[in-house]
Amino acid sequence: MYEAAMPADPPSIPAIHGPPALAVEELSHSFGKRVALDHVSFAVPPGGFTMLLGLNGAGKTTLFSLITRLYSNRTGAIRIFGFDLRRQPTRALERIGVVFQQPTLDLDLTVRQNLRYHGGLHGMAPSDCEARAREELARIGLAERADDKVRALSGGQRRRVEIARALLHRPNLLLLDEPTVGLDTESRRQILGHVRALCREQGLAVLWATHLLDEARDEDSVVILHQGRLRASGSVRAVCAESGSATLPIAFAASTTGERRP
Amino acid sequence: MSAATYWCCLRSIIVREGLRFLHQRERFFAALVRPLVWLAIFAVGFRAVLGVSIIPPYETYILYDEYVVPGLVAMIQLFNGMQNSLSMVYDREMGSMRTLLVSPLPRWYLLVAKLLAGVAVSIAQVYVFLGIAWLWGVEPPPLGYLAALPALLLSGLMLGALGLLLSSFVKQLENFAGVMNFVIFPMLFASSALYPLWRIREGSPTLYQIAAWNPFTQAVELIRFSLYLRVDVTALLWVTGCLVLFLGAAVLAYDPGRGFWARRGGPAEQA
Repeated sequence: MYEAAMPADPPSIPAIHGPPALAVEELSHSFGKRVALDHVSFAVPPGGFTMLLGLNGAGKTTLFSLITRLYSNRTGAIRIFGFDLRRQPTRALERIGVVFQQPTLDLDLTVRQNLRYHGGLHGMAPSDCEARAREELARIGLAERADDKVRALSGGQRRRVEIARALLHRPNLLLLDEPTVGLDTESRRQILGHVRALCREQGLAVLWATHLLDEARDEDSVVILHQGRLRASGSVRAVCAESGSATLPIAFAASTTGERRP
Repeated sequence: MSAATYWCCLRSIIVREGLRFLHQRERFFAALVRPLVWLAIFAVGFRAVLGVSIIPPYETYILYDEYVVPGLVAMIQLFNGMQNSLSMVYDREMGSMRTLLVSPLPRWYLLVAKLLAGVAVSIAQVYVFLGIAWLWGVEPPPLGYLAALPALLLSGLMLGALGLLLSSFVKQLENFAGVMNFVIFPMLFASSALYPLWRIREGSPTLYQIAAWNPFTQAVELIRFSLYLRVDVTALLWVTGCLVLFLGAAVLAYDPGRGFWARRGGPAEQA
């Protein structure tokens, strides 16, 4: 189980009336002739937990690549706490933490070395990095594994280390791309619970992409993406009501049937 | 963003590269064995075949072993540069490249830092090799070891930047073997690394022209002259010019707005 470690300094909870943690406006992107995203707009409120739902190929990964500036959007805008990703990439990127779909830890390095590398990439001084690593590792219950090689950790533990790593530089927005893929039920439950707790207790805004509908709860906001288009967004209740469905899976099925118009 | 931020970032990239290198002992030995095989076997065999006349920067007749050492030093850097670009392609496929690129620091800086980290590793290998070559009897002036350092930095960066540029053209890891064959071997053999240019001219004036224009030849000569406390200005200008060109093109290729990802998609979309 996770230890109830308290952070050394109070979390920075963004003002409720400030700009959204993430604002995606009229975002389109194509690879050659293939349209991956088609005029997508939605927002993630500060401190809110938003589920991005979509089947494989819906455009979730392209959306994540654009939000993390692997490559830039040509049309539309992405704003992180009001900072336009194209115009002020530094201000925008320092506010986000990311857990990618593919595992990206160095297996041959220790947990601590991996965290230090990431801290350095964000310009953190080694002492600050060390303190934050201790804090975050304690939070995920892996403090005593800091000097173990990542290779020795289980899949679930590696994921938790990746979450700790993403939070090292104190971002206000956490992005997770299918973080529970390939994990057993217990690890899935733990990781989801951990991130929900972060959102609740730290005021962290979260965008959680998944195709596993059972990960969504009634109080979540959801964004449904299908074939590069936004099919629905809002609270689970609103999305269900809009499509006249009793449950989210039914609403999801209703909004993801039907092919894209040519 | 303060200077300290940039420094912390650079240091952590170099530390990671160093740690990864130390963990891959096979890679270390492979990197060292390759030039040693050339020195201990190829050079000995060639000693009799290839007489080397007095050419600058040498002031007396030298054994072939002595001639070939700077070339083998440059070869270590060439292989390292390509190895790094190979690891960039691997990182791209495996996703660890994304961790690097999500850093808030400017992308050109991240690429240069990555390049410097690779060069630091290659320079460490070079000095281990030069130490063994010294035991073998190849003894440049002691100060030459120090004078070669800036030359090694420059040539390492130039060859690394070339690798970086190539890595942006290679779509997938499997395509990389071709690049090795079409880049490493022609660059190595059509250069002054293994035989002096005047020898090549005797064999083929065309090949001589190619070798003279080969940036790798310039890197070899830059290192050779510096090791003997001389400056080859032509080589210096060539290597610097190529570095600016290759690095500029690589930064463009990895630019988020113009680069290949925006057109082709990231690792996951390509899969």
